[in-house]
Amino acid sequence: MRIAVLAKQVPDPETPPSQFKIDESTNSVVPPSGVPPVVNGFDLNAVEAALLLKDAGIDVEISVLSVGTDFALDALKKTLAMGADRLVLVDEAGLDRIDAAATVKVLTALLEKDGPFDLVLGGRQASDWDQAHVVLGVAESLGIPLVTLVQKLEVDGESLNIQRVIPDGYQEVTCPTPAVLTVTNELGEARYPNLRGIMQASRKQPDTYSLADLELTESDLESKVKLERLYIPESNKQVELIDGEDEADAGRNLALRLREEKLI
Amino acid sequence: MTSVLIFIEADETGAASQASLQAITGASKVSPSNVIAVTAGSVSGSDSLPVDKVIDLPGVETSDDGIFDSLTSDISELIQSNSPDLVLFSKSDQGAVVSARVAFRLGAAFAADCTDITGSAGAISVTRPVYGGSALADFSIASTPAIVSLRAGAFEPSASEGGTPATEQASSSGEGLRGASVLNAVAESREGVRLEDAPVVVSGGRGLGGPEPFAVLEDLANSLEGAVGASRAACDAGWIDHSHQVGLTGKSVSPDVYIAVGISGASQHMAGCSSSRAIVAINKDGDSNIFKEARFGVVGDWEKVLPAFIEQVKALKG
Repeated sequence: MRIAVLAKQVPDPETPPSQFKIDESTNSVVPPSGVPPVVNGFDLNAVEAALLLKDAGIDVEISVLSVGTDFALDALKKTLAMGADRLVLVDEAGLDRIDAAATVKVLTALLEKDGPFDLVLGGRQASDWDQAHVVLGVAESLGIPLVTLVQKLEVDGESLNIQRVIPDGYQEVTCPTPAVLTVTNELGEARYPNLRGIMQASRKQPDTYSLADLELTESDLESKVKLERLYIPESNKQVELIDGEDEADAGRNLALRLREEKLI
Repeated sequence: MTSVLIFIEADETGAASQASLQAITGASKVSPSNVIAVTAGSVSGSDSLPVDKVIDLPGVETSDDGIFDSLTSDISELIQSNSPDLVLFSKSDQGAVVSARVAFRLGAAFAADCTDITGSAGAISVTRPVYGGSALADFSIASTPAIVSLRAGAFEPSASEGGTPATEQASSSGEGLRGASVLNAVAESREGVRLEDAPVVVSGGRGLGGPEPFAVLEDLANSLEGAVGASRAACDAGWIDHSHQVGLTGKSVSPDVYIAVGISGASQHMAGCSSSRAIVAINKDGDSNIFKEARFGVVGDWEKVLPAFIEQVKALKG
């Protein structure tokens, strides 16, 4: 079974808010110094979902596909160190600024060129633009089944047994392959690479495709949704800190203050 | 002038959901000339929604619909036959999937999870939080139709009645099925009040250090007739079930009081609770972000602050 995991390199979402800065002249985030980019956390959940199939004894080959500009290879190689087999990149200038619709075009072309794949997995959303729709768009472009918010995945012959998260529980879903799935963090934490995995990953090189290889040109990637302004919202909230003789006394005073405001 | 098509969903009672009524308010921001509401399956009271026209699609059994396969096809067709300038969805479970699929199927401009919308046909502007809420982005859309999904709470809900819309019955093509099939739904067991409806939410985060303290939070929640929430870190650590998760990828709550214990206040978490009337923070790190968002706070060790707080709350509740 050939599995493609769609992965995105993002600024580390654990970057402290004090270090989060925007260059308003270019409408882009200033990379914080000393905080390297990471693979989007939900995409690592998707890698984990693929590795769990391998653990269950299914014969799988896991390819991690990504589109961008000047990749931090160390970050992306984490997926190989976890146990993925291949890294497949489209790395060209300007691809870090294309929108979701254009990203779908590139990924669809890449999946067709490097495919066929039996299963396409992606994270439920990316922690930078929080859009959650590139993977859905890929399913539409390929015209194959889509199941979102997968928290459990099993392969049963030609079909997939899936648990899909809904607001108050989950659905049990069955789905034929090939299919596109988005994976959510309810699946469980992505495994940490072990030393052997890290050593093996360090020796692997990614397979690369250019836009020309995919028969795409820049005019295919024009955006219908134009970013006009990126900015940090102003906060005018002022906290009222409650004190006391000691911490317990502060706790009591907090309750009294909330009652005074008729909040409890 | 802007012609608008809005996808209206039913809530648990069968009436138009609050999020759908918020979308009707959203439509009023773009000088609407003609507002069409599309319902899938009967939505009670839809014949008096404050819109110009209601198109009712027959209900499709979820089990036969894959993950909204036929709904995606039907709405795509309605958009093509009615040619609206703007299509609004609420970003519910259903709306999030259908809006994206419809947009990609039609090759239309798409902006998801927006908190504001202005302009008019051919020059729509939207605002959406990005980077987990650390930043806002303004986008413009010149092409039509523009497909936009709205974040819950983006607008006040419109009135649910008072309109005299024309009504039209559409038929479902039943097409577009891709073979995914829902076998059944399993509801998580829940005791007490629903998290989204609770007047008080007591949430715990990484700072609690383990699963046991959630029993203390539950005690507090019970005495305030509230519910227990949690940060994603606490859920991912297995301290409490993910159904309690509040935040960008969990539930959105807007209680009167949101009590955050041992939560640092990352923007991804605040995205799920920032519309609370008052946020109360208990955290030993006075520099943590939660104190920038809170109205009241105690800087201290929750193990010392919380028992005395609970005792006093119970005494006041008497």
